[in-house]
Amino acid sequence: MSRKFVVGYDGSDSAKAALAFTTDLAKVQDGSIVVAHVLEWSPYSFLTPTELEERHKRRGEELERAEAAILAPAVESLKNSGLEIETALKYGHIATTLGAIAQESGANQIVIGRNGEPGLTSRVFGSVAISLAQAAPVPVTIVP
Amino acid sequence: MNYQFKAASLAATAMLAASSPAAAQSLDQTINEGFASATGWFVSFIFSPFPGTTFPWIVMWLVIAATVFTLYFGFIQFRAFPHSISLVKGDYSDPNDAGEVSHFQALSTALSGTVGLGNIAGVAVAVGIGGPGATFWMILAGLMGMASKFTECTLGVKYRNEYDDGTVSGGPMYYMTKGFKERGLPAGGFMAILFSIFCILGALGGGNMFQANQAHAQISNVVGDYPGWITGLVFAGIVFAVIVGGLKSIAKVTEKVVPFMGVLYVLTALVILIMNFNMIGWAFSEIFSGAFTGAGVAGGMVGALIQGFKRAAFSNEAGVGSAAIAHSAVRTKEPITEGFVSLLEPFIDTVVICTMTALVIIITGQLISDPNTGLYLLDEGASTIQTVDDNKGVALTSAAFSSAIPFFKYILAIAVILFAFSTMISWSYYGLKAWTFLFGEGQTKELVFKVIFCIFVVIGASANLGPVIDFSDAAIFAMAVVNILALYVLMPVVKDELDSYLSRLKSGEIRKFH
Repeated sequence: MSRKFVVGYDGSDSAKAALAFTTDLAKVQDGSIVVAHVLEWSPYSFLTPTELEERHKRRGEELERAEAAILAPAVESLKNSGLEIETALKYGHIATTLGAIAQESGANQIVIGRNGEPGLTSRVFGSVAISLAQAAPVPVTIVP
Repeated sequence: MNYQFKAASLAATAMLAASSPAAAQSLDQTINEGFASATGWFVSFIFSPFPGTTFPWIVMWLVIAATVFTLYFGFIQFRAFPHSISLVKGDYSDPNDAGEVSHFQALSTALSGTVGLGNIAGVAVAVGIGGPGATFWMILAGLMGMASKFTECTLGVKYRNEYDDGTVSGGPMYYMTKGFKERGLPAGGFMAILFSIFCILGALGGGNMFQANQAHAQISNVVGDYPGWITGLVFAGIVFAVIVGGLKSIAKVTEKVVPFMGVLYVLTALVILIMNFNMIGWAFSEIFSGAFTGAGVAGGMVGALIQGFKRAAFSNEAGVGSAAIAHSAVRTKEPITEGFVSLLEPFIDTVVICTMTALVIIITGQLISDPNTGLYLLDEGASTIQTVDDNKGVALTSAAFSSAIPFFKYILAIAVILFAFSTMISWSYYGLKAWTFLFGEGQTKELVFKVIFCIFVVIGASANLGPVIDFSDAAIFAMAVVNILALYVLMPVVKDELDSYLSRLKSGEIRKFH
């Protein structure tokens, strides 16, 4: 049975560690990888009139930048792994959207990197790891 | 709409007169007189009463329009209300459009342009002159204004310009030109130019000078008197940093704090109402009896009615056309959905927030009545109701809230300043859209307008330019004259959109994503 892994990837060191971990896993299990990047976005945030006007344009620019600066290098680094690589680039709440990507792509597991020490912010607002642990539709692996 | 309440601007005048040096005073006077003689005819034309009555025709114009749209669209504001809520919640938003402007964002941005001094001070003026009964007419005008908003915002999205780089421009000037052309009608271009001119004048006046003026009045109320140009320069600097320098952080902070302030204001009002829950029934009986008998207020029932309608229109801008500019950036395939969303705006602004202000003023007993007859006592000029400590305008609202929660006047002062600032940012955008419509888009042309806008911030804060403010209010109402005329012509377009959308909603072709 071939397995599919969604890796939450933002180009950080911990994300790179998560990707490396997943690559090893996928090689052993004859799996494939979805490199997923989520741009944090809430439809309930507040924008100025000028930001409203330029939103569509900015969105295009942001997607292009994320594709070029984050996803493309990741795919490039996996070129010689022999694995089947897909990418996903979406806007939304990070944990919820990673869950949705996993569901849509039929993945069996989500892998993310750990985001440093638990600080005050994550205590108050929760972290991606905790939210995923609570709500993900598939098993989640957190790579330190 | 967040300007035009004369009592407070008079208070500001007095304050400025006391602080300004004699030389500046005479310069102000020269400017005032020159401007008044040049524009007075226009102001008195816009605010002139129907022959033989005291009813300003411009108020009638807005009320008739709201009534026509309400009937023509079959009480759409009530029929579509639940659907509007689910649109704002995002139930019908395609998840693949995440990152685009949502209905909620378009609504909240438009609201931060309308919620402000009109809700805090304008209501106090209405109740102070028209008595509690004015509240009834204000709510009614708010409910009917929802249909005007629905019409103009649908058209704003339908006829907006979408450019190759992905930016959009919309508003009455675009539906006037493109909509009229589509229907083979003349004069669309002329009306668009007229509208744009009024919009620029209104943006510089009511959307700018009046705001700066009132913000300064509030600050000096709390910290003591000081020259207005200081406030003006600080405000102009911040506005400049935001609209010219593109300093997003300040705008972002304001856009986050303003809704919070609005919610805090409503919650505080609710707390005061709950503290006095046994008087709520009495307050509503005052509102209803006052609405039809005008018990003891200046101008009787008609006085209450004029005040209620006028302040509602000033506050929610329904029919003025400004909201059509703000709402047109939303990402939607169906223009009508933005119409549905926008009809919540007069509801939140007028039916909820303005009513809260009025109830708090009535319940905290700010209006003095004769203990024997129960009728309200009038001031010497017999034009306004006597109030505790003789407070008028924003001071009346401040006193009403402070009588229940003493420190609230400081929060209110901060709220007024932030509301003034967010209204200035919104109107700088409306003005800019009208400006680029007239003169074309381009960085230099836009910079010229933005610099002019900042200069007017300083003028507005430092001098009392009563006639200038009167004129800009008249200009904003003149926007409504042109805009509503266009709405009458184009309302069949909205009707077609509405029928098509509702039938597809019923057949299940338009479905929820969540």
